[in-house]
Amino acid sequence: MSMTRDEALKIYETMVRIRTFDETAAALFEAGELPGFVHPYSGEEAIAAGVCSELTKDDCVCSTHRGHGHIIAKGADTKRMMAELFGKVSGYSGGKSGSMHIADFSLGIIGANGIVAADIVVANGVAFALQYQEKDAVCVAFFGDGASNRGPFHEGLNLAATWDLPTIFVCENNNFASTTARKTAMRIERIAERAAAYGMTGVTIDGNDPIAVKHAVRAARDRMKRGGGQTLIEAVTWRHHQHFVGDRHVYKNPEEQERWLSDEMDPIPRFERVLAARGLAGAADFADVKKRAEEELAAAVAFAKADAYPSAETLTDCVYREG
Amino acid sequence: MTFDEALNDALLVEMRRDSSVVVIGEDVELKQAALFKEFGARRVRNTPISEAQIIGLAVGSAAMGLRPVTCMSFSDFLCCCFDEIVNQAAKMSYMLGGQTHLPLVVRCSTGAGIRAAAQHSQSLESVFAQFPGLKVAVPSTPEKAKGLLAQAIRDDNPVIFFEHKLLGRMEGEVPAGEYTLPFGRADVVREGDGVTLVAWGRMVPICLDAAARLSAQGTEAEVIDVMTLTPFDEETVLASVRKTGRCVVAHEAVLHGGFGGEVAARVAEKAFASLKGPVKRVGAPFSPVPFSPPLEDAWIPGADCVVEAIQELL
Ligand SMILES: Cc1ncc(C[n+]2csc(CCOP(=O)(O)OP(=O)(O)O)c2C)c(N)n1
Repeated sequence: MSMTRDEALKIYETMVRIRTFDETAAALFEAGELPGFVHPYSGEEAIAAGVCSELTKDDCVCSTHRGHGHIIAKGADTKRMMAELFGKVSGYSGGKSGSMHIADFSLGIIGANGIVAADIVVANGVAFALQYQEKDAVCVAFFGDGASNRGPFHEGLNLAATWDLPTIFVCENNNFASTTARKTAMRIERIAERAAAYGMTGVTIDGNDPIAVKHAVRAARDRMKRGGGQTLIEAVTWRHHQHFVGDRHVYKNPEEQERWLSDEMDPIPRFERVLAARGLAGAADFADVKKRAEEELAAAVAFAKADAYPSAETLTDCVYREG
Repeated sequence: MTFDEALNDALLVEMRRDSSVVVIGEDVELKQAALFKEFGARRVRNTPISEAQIIGLAVGSAAMGLRPVTCMSFSDFLCCCFDEIVNQAAKMSYMLGGQTHLPLVVRCSTGAGIRAAAQHSQSLESVFAQFPGLKVAVPSTPEKAKGLLAQAIRDDNPVIFFEHKLLGRMEGEVPAGEYTLPFGRADVVREGDGVTLVAWGRMVPICLDAAARLSAQGTEAEVIDVMTLTPFDEETVLASVRKTGRCVVAHEAVLHGGFGGEVAARVAEKAFASLKGPVKRVGAPFSPVPFSPPLEDAWIPGADCVVEAIQELL
């Protein structure tokens, strides 16, 4: 797939911004400055960045508990995200959601979700509306390998295929669901194989290669447009952190962990090498992107810290829409 | 021993005692490491993320004579297996004319206070208390955690067992070895003649705190820990209200439609003549649990709310 320097650097920048956001959030949480739960996306950035590089403003995404990456890649403002993580009033939900339920409808971000696999069936609802309203747009459902063992995954894929809904299913197979290794929770090696059961295409790709991801999403969209039906994309990856920051369970093989975190496998240095080899960008560009991401996050944290908490009067706002 | 350790101890003792007890749930291999070490994968079953299947497994295997204890993590996830709990587990004995019974336990962590936001903080005990066929236990101390969980395992019926997140590290004396507490028998945890406070779970220590504050002002509150919502020990509550003439029911779940209404109605129906004022209820505002720390703190009904409700009665 050919890419311009701008396109490539944009994907790279998105990956770096996601990494910087989640490493910052993780450090703040470890330091006791952030309440609640933080599920870092570090290591999986190529998926969100690759997928969203193929999406337009009208396209929608439904996300998970590990959602910061999807949300940033779809264009969310990291200041408002960080304010939400702190429970502050300028956060995306005015402090009501925290990390796990961030949304920005103006950007097609239908929301992160605290219930595993719940977003899959909601994504079909979004896709149904897009189809009904005759919009040239798709909805991407992100979810993990663990989610693919829940009923909503199976109900969702079946309905999308049967109704020919414009949903693209992106399974982020990071090989673990909390402390449970994927291999111990399913008999098959490739989650993409499940697509066949519902009459859709299943592809397994390298989830640490944003170009492979981008390509798979473009192909899925083209296939759908040609009347070729839906696609389940299984993007194989690895989460760098524990399930959530502060989780102390030990279940990863240390050698595998080291291998996946090495420069060779880590999606960010990997992509740097690709960009350099293609002559699209070099060390100075990478340093510049990283510096700007650091500055962006420092500003986001400063903004969030200086922001006010919501007043107690807002406690029961938004339970219902007035009228 | 802490509340959490007491729960683990109950499981350990019951599993040693009865080989039909099995533990089923997501991540139990690591989260119940001591049990896994002793009983292995045959009796401590790590499942995929499949809530409907976990409870389905409990229903089917309980019908065949096992005593499954499911670990469902956050109580909010019970919504993902509502059918299996409500339409299957609760009704099977009755629908089948008593051909089978289901000795299964659904363990879950409940309540707000850890900034876990709307989908990981609910108190759902009132919901499950409404279904004939289910029993609902809500321990308030380490000792009760052990005694009630052991009883839940021995009980021949489905028991939904709510463990408040903020009680996990509570320390207390816990009897060693086999120990059960009967269902349907409330505990008078503090005696008094000024007002009856009815509570369960984490609301019990909160009511004790409120009672201590009131004592300094000259009112002695009687605090009743109901321990199980279903079966509900009405007699202990009524006897207390006949003595004190005043009643406040407190729970963390939203006030609207909460089990406090059931308690209040029974007191009004059966001890009306003894009442010197209306039965008061304390519960959360009618909203999901907010994330932001000051909002969540404002949402959770605390000792101040209990004291205020009592003062309105005096
Ligand atoms: C219905 C439901 N069950 C259990 C949980 C608890 N939980 C949160 S994330 C998680 C693991 C999810 O694994 P996976 O879908 O592979 O996503 P990953 O965390 O690896 O990104 C679990 C078990 C939940 N939030 N919702």
